[in-house]
Amino acid sequence: MFLTFLTFLPLVGAIVLAFLPKENESQIKQTAVGFAAADFLLSLQLWFDFDNTTHAMQFEYSTSWISSWGVSYHVGIDGISLLLFVMTTFLTLISIIASWDVKKSIREYMMAMLALSTGMLGVFISLDMFLFYVFWEFQLVPMYIIIGVWGGPRRIYAAIKFFIYTAVGSLLMLVAIIWIYFLVKEQTGVATTDLLYITEHLNAPLDVQKWLFVAFFLAFAIKVPMFPFHTWLPDAHVEAPTAGSVILAGVLLKMGTYGFFRFNLPMFPHASNEFLPFIAILAIIGIIYGALVSLVQEDLKKLVAYSSVSHLGFVMLGIFAFNHYGMQGALLQNINHGISTGALFLLVGMIYDRRHTRQISEFGGLAKVMPKYAICFMIVALSSIGLPGMNGFVGEFLILLGIFQINGMWAALATSGVIFAACYILWMFQRVMFQELKNPKNFKLPDMNLREMITIVPLIILIFWIGLYPKPFMKTFDASVTHLITKVDPDNFRPKKIETHHAALIQQDDLAKLNKKLQGKKQ
Amino acid sequence: MEPIAAPESIDLIALAPVLVLTVFAIGVLVLDLFAGKSKILLAFVSLVGLLMTAISAFAKLNLPAHSFNDSYIVDHLSIFFILIFTISSALSILISIDFNNREGIKAGEYYALILFCTVGMILLASSTDLIMVFLGIEIVSICLYVLAGIRRNDIKSNEASLKYFLLGAFATGFLLYGMALMYGATGTTNMLKIAALIKSGSVNSEPLMVMGVVFLVIGFGFKVASVPFHMWAPDVYEGAPSPVTAFMAVGPKAAAFAAFFRIFAEALPDVSSAWETLLYVIAVLTMFIGNLGAIMQTNIKRLLAYSSVSHVGYILIAIMVKNSLGSASLLFYMLAYTFMIFGAFGIVIILGKKGNENLEIEGYSGLGFKHPMLALSMTIFLLSLGGLPPFAGFVAKFYIFSAAISEGYIYLVVIAVLNSAISFYYYLKVVVFMYMKDPVGEFKISASPITLFVVAVAVIGTLELGIFPDPIISLAHP
Repeated sequence: MFLTFLTFLPLVGAIVLAFLPKENESQIKQTAVGFAAADFLLSLQLWFDFDNTTHAMQFEYSTSWISSWGVSYHVGIDGISLLLFVMTTFLTLISIIASWDVKKSIREYMMAMLALSTGMLGVFISLDMFLFYVFWEFQLVPMYIIIGVWGGPRRIYAAIKFFIYTAVGSLLMLVAIIWIYFLVKEQTGVATTDLLYITEHLNAPLDVQKWLFVAFFLAFAIKVPMFPFHTWLPDAHVEAPTAGSVILAGVLLKMGTYGFFRFNLPMFPHASNEFLPFIAILAIIGIIYGALVSLVQEDLKKLVAYSSVSHLGFVMLGIFAFNHYGMQGALLQNINHGISTGALFLLVGMIYDRRHTRQISEFGGLAKVMPKYAICFMIVALSSIGLPGMNGFVGEFLILLGIFQINGMWAALATSGVIFAACYILWMFQRVMFQELKNPKNFKLPDMNLREMITIVPLIILIFWIGLYPKPFMKTFDASVTHLITKVDPDNFRPKKIETHHAALIQQDDLAKLNKKLQGKKQ
Repeated sequence: MEPIAAPESIDLIALAPVLVLTVFAIGVLVLDLFAGKSKILLAFVSLVGLLMTAISAFAKLNLPAHSFNDSYIVDHLSIFFILIFTISSALSILISIDFNNREGIKAGEYYALILFCTVGMILLASSTDLIMVFLGIEIVSICLYVLAGIRRNDIKSNEASLKYFLLGAFATGFLLYGMALMYGATGTTNMLKIAALIKSGSVNSEPLMVMGVVFLVIGFGFKVASVPFHMWAPDVYEGAPSPVTAFMAVGPKAAAFAAFFRIFAEALPDVSSAWETLLYVIAVLTMFIGNLGAIMQTNIKRLLAYSSVSHVGYILIAIMVKNSLGSASLLFYMLAYTFMIFGAFGIVIILGKKGNENLEIEGYSGLGFKHPMLALSMTIFLLSLGGLPPFAGFVAKFYIFSAAISEGYIYLVVIAVLNSAISFYYYLKVVVFMYMKDPVGEFKISASPITLFVVAVAVIGTLELGIFPDPIISLAHP
């Protein structure tokens, strides 16, 4: 029940906010922060209590929901979802603090943020496909409203695009879910949408597996977003308010990669192996394309948005390496991207608040007027590039190590993405922070205030913590990754040529011996 | 041709809902003479009548029960449909009270007409004989022709009524022709006998049969407003008074679907090759044209009309499934649809004022922050119509889709799913206006407590069916 409590606590907060008077803004903000902070602190308890020696689901709770269809309310958490869960509560808190200055309808804004949090947390704990789908779709609405109401000038276009893109993908997933439901019912006689049961018992022929894989793949690839399904992302990111972008990059995109871990790989291991090259190549294209497009952006936020396409390409590549290094790297990079890109969006938001522009050309020499800001930006930018000692390095290194074991060429191509990342980030940093302080509007910009520091500093601490001592993080998903790898191990699906060859050899040996014996007897 | 036998026994308990409701309907007509100017008493009596009808529907213990020489049946399907009809009629009476006051509709026969229409709907859902189906359809249609034009001095209302009448009469012709051909092919109008004859292979003439089936599809196509027979729907929906529009979009349509289902899935499943492809094509076209039509609308009533055309497409899938899963999903969908449509129309009525019904979607600008509860309710109804969890529309669609997939209609479901994605576009358009545009002009909310009550009921129904659908599912699929 603890998981359920943690998941719905923000929603309760949203309902409480609805009854607060609209005028009392500080009370509204304090209540929102209170609920988010409570949720975050309590979710840390999950991490402490988590047993990382097993891949089994923990904190499980299951009760019948729509019993006529075999749908249950089944929740639980394992190494793959634990950190994502905690990161969601964490980033929700950070984003709510970062939204302190929202002017328009602050109460409704906070309500949307908290409701969004419940939707996202629900996605990570659902162990029933129906339940998963409900949460998956549910979080669309608050995000749509956040972009559409509090976003930039083209917000309505961006919000609708975001919604329709995701809806198209996830509706096909719905068809696949129903199909799987009947497949399992046919094979085992049990009508259920329980994810663990289905993962265990689904035994579809390869061609069916492929269709199902594609349906799920579309839903998740749009969310990730993989090239070429990424076009909604820059629009959504650029138009979303700062906190919306943080949540989008930090959590929503992770729901896509999480989907691959939870659905595609364990349920369709054979199809996953078949699609491996295809997805790996898409991921590599994403890495290089995202980086190259970032290189030419004039708008800071767009630059960070496209860099997400590149970074998420790494995560996808790591997942589809199907080995320990790759998958661990992918899971860690999931978290890293949430932290680094979340921080980048926060920082971009800060200067946008001051100057109401994000054009790189408008800035220059900011390091002189905003030294604290420049230092924070520097650290976050370097972490995004993947400098050793910081979080990004560990993740990318593991991923590249993993992919190298499969295909050296892919690893080499992916590595070029790291180099491009250094180019666009450092070049951007140089244009914004250094050079001459020319624009008079920038002469008297205030440096970061205390509230802004509160949002950034925890992220910076995490950047160094993961960079220097990633063990506590890696440990949590170790058992789960090991288990998953045995499922998708290509050896399970390889035609057993070698063994038959052996058998033939043995037979021949036996025949020879037999012949010898017979000959001996004759003599 | 078999001789027509005199009815041996008439099971009055089985007929109870029809009898009770007819008595009440006549009672309301008589009461109108004494009611004076205020017609609220009539509405109240009608509601009591509907309540009694719903209760009496559960009176029959041994299901299924047949009556009138097997031309009338009480089974769980008809009982569930009676439930849907009484709920939709009750809700439409409730949203009418305030509307009629505001718009100056003083016709006492208004409520009686709704009750008579409901009687026709019950007959439609309970008949296992083609003649009975025809009677039901005619009772329903005649009441609707009058109701659509009840605002006598409003030119749009007149147009709606006339258009509906002319096209409806046309459709009736097709239906009757189809039934006659069916009779010619089999020598009986009883659905159970038709099914048995087809199964035994003793149909007189295959071509007559097929022609009959096609004409029946056309006739019902008109009645439920499926493409390409949907042309009347947007105009009639727009012109009719809003409560009548909501009523038309739900009750009579559900009744037509009930008969549709009985004829095709229960009487003609063995000639499904004759109608399956036809329905497939019609369903696909209905979904696409309904949705694409809705995208272009700027008038909320027309938008809802086109969206209801697209919903007909989804419901047709349930008919094609032909088994108990199909009927159960049809029942669930219609009930969910009832709440969503009445909720949405309740809001449309609340936002209208005399002479200016505020029907342009633009008029909804800024509602989200001026009247958060109204806007939130409207958002719930629209998202539910689009099929988003955790609302009723999602579970209803899930039900129909799973019924279809269990029968192997995977491509059809994929088409339906893509249509759902299209439909999000125009449902969201209304949400965009409510939350993301600045208000134009002031909102004058003329909400009576009764209309607000209807909206509240609809919200609760939409959430209940979306979050805890279990009891209704087990009622629909015993």
